[in-house]
Amino acid sequence: MILQQLQEKFPLEIIKTGEGYGNLFAFVKKERSHEFFTYLRDEPALKFEFLIDLFGVDRLKLNESPRFEVVYQLYSLTHNHRLRVHIKVPEEELVISSVVDLWKAADWSERECWEMFGIRFEGHPNLKHLLLFEGFEGHPLRKDYPINKRQKIPIPGEIV
Amino acid sequence: MKEMALNIGPSHPATHGALRFFVELDGETIKKSNVEIGYLHRAFEKHSEVSTWTQVIPYTDRLNYCSSMMNNVGYCRAVETLLGVEIPERARFIRVIVCELSRIMDHLICLGAAAVDLGGLSNFWYFFNVREAIYDFTEKLCGARLTTNYTRIGGVMRDLTPDFADGIRKVLKDLGSAIRDVSRLLERNKIFMDRTQKVGIISKEDAISWGFTGPCLRATGVPHDLRRAEPYYHYDTFDFEIPVGTVGDVYDRLMVRFEEMRQSARIIEQAFRMIPEGPVMVKDPRIALPPKQEVYRNIEGLMNHFMLLMDGIKVPAGEVYSATEAANGELGFYIISDGGGRPYRVRVRPPCFLLTSAFSKMVEGGMIADAVAVLGSLNIIVGELDR
Repeated sequence: MILQQLQEKFPLEIIKTGEGYGNLFAFVKKERSHEFFTYLRDEPALKFEFLIDLFGVDRLKLNESPRFEVVYQLYSLTHNHRLRVHIKVPEEELVISSVVDLWKAADWSERECWEMFGIRFEGHPNLKHLLLFEGFEGHPLRKDYPINKRQKIPIPGEIV
Repeated sequence: MKEMALNIGPSHPATHGALRFFVELDGETIKKSNVEIGYLHRAFEKHSEVSTWTQVIPYTDRLNYCSSMMNNVGYCRAVETLLGVEIPERARFIRVIVCELSRIMDHLICLGAAAVDLGGLSNFWYFFNVREAIYDFTEKLCGARLTTNYTRIGGVMRDLTPDFADGIRKVLKDLGSAIRDVSRLLERNKIFMDRTQKVGIISKEDAISWGFTGPCLRATGVPHDLRRAEPYYHYDTFDFEIPVGTVGDVYDRLMVRFEEMRQSARIIEQAFRMIPEGPVMVKDPRIALPPKQEVYRNIEGLMNHFMLLMDGIKVPAGEVYSATEAANGELGFYIISDGGGRPYRVRVRPPCFLLTSAFSKMVEGGMIADAVAVLGSLNIIVGELDR
């Protein structure tokens, strides 16, 4: 029912929807993604107040195109239902609009996603390193980042 | 008036791990705060991609090291969903028992340490005594006290020991008196109340927007618990209550945990009554290791053993998100399998990651000492924060 409603509202943006292992999911193009999420949060029949999680996936070795996607786990406290939204991000244009203004939970998650996959979030107030140090080269959760690669630890800056 | 910048951490006694917060002070009042994490980042998600499905289980122990069994259960349940495997009845009840024991262990540490941060040392010893007693039983169960690695994909590693139920019943009695002792010391203690009440308040709306789950969300008055909202392992048949707070301050967050321990003890008691006899592992040679007698005596058993250890379990291609109610809130595992013996991608949704991201907002306008109280009430576990 949720998926039907979304397909009627955003027929051009939605690539595919479905259900697997009890999870509802929707693959969506990144254009108008902010509008899409605003609708998900505010529409009374959907009411996804919770952004449970936000993270990236690199589909390089699954031979899928576009290569990257940002996955949003949404949960509605009012209706007790869940939805997983995959926003496709092509490699040539690694930028997507931020949802920090909709859910504050996106703040750190987007920073993590940016440093692990190199996907930039447009409109994020403070897109800085979170888990890795300043000066870390590359994006470690990408599939083409070698697992045993060493990094040069930079000289620490001023204490204060 | 001149502002002063102050670093607290990375390894400050009050941070219980490697965590730095950088504050801008006006006198003793915090004007601005900035939390810095990542000192313990051990690349759990990347590491899982080169391990077999079974080899990931010990890494999950180190996520929330205060309640490691719950992480094992969360991960194994996600993999079992992908495999389409139903674990035996007895294994389900065992998982409920170890999960609730872990919840008690986690809350004991959190409450004890929060009281230490506020200057009350003796509570920690009262609580740690009980935790030690539970450790003795986890040691009998799986040979380890802290990094348990007890569950397996398809069940649990071994059955409960014969003295387990009686021993745990005795521990739960001790737990009851420890809770009584500590609440007598704290509940109507003027200093404790002044330090915790109306400190670090977060409203219901803010808590939801920041993605709070678990005791910290329930302290704001939202009775949300995955054991009730999306029941797994027969949680809908147990009789227990979900404690909620009213104000959403440090006091509520701690008191919710006190009550949750009592409720967990109730669940364990019921589980001991309801647990059936039977196997604790699925009888599927593609998933479960063969019994040792077969490994040593016939070639099929030996081959099966080596196949499972070297190639790993083959999980059909697919994607799943599976969440359990861990001690700190919703612990979710999102797993992609490409059909091989190793996970394509494992993503953990650590509950205290989102709690910590709101920390700066919660302490701004308070005093330095309040920041320590707030930190203790959030139960920040750096293992799952940094992964």
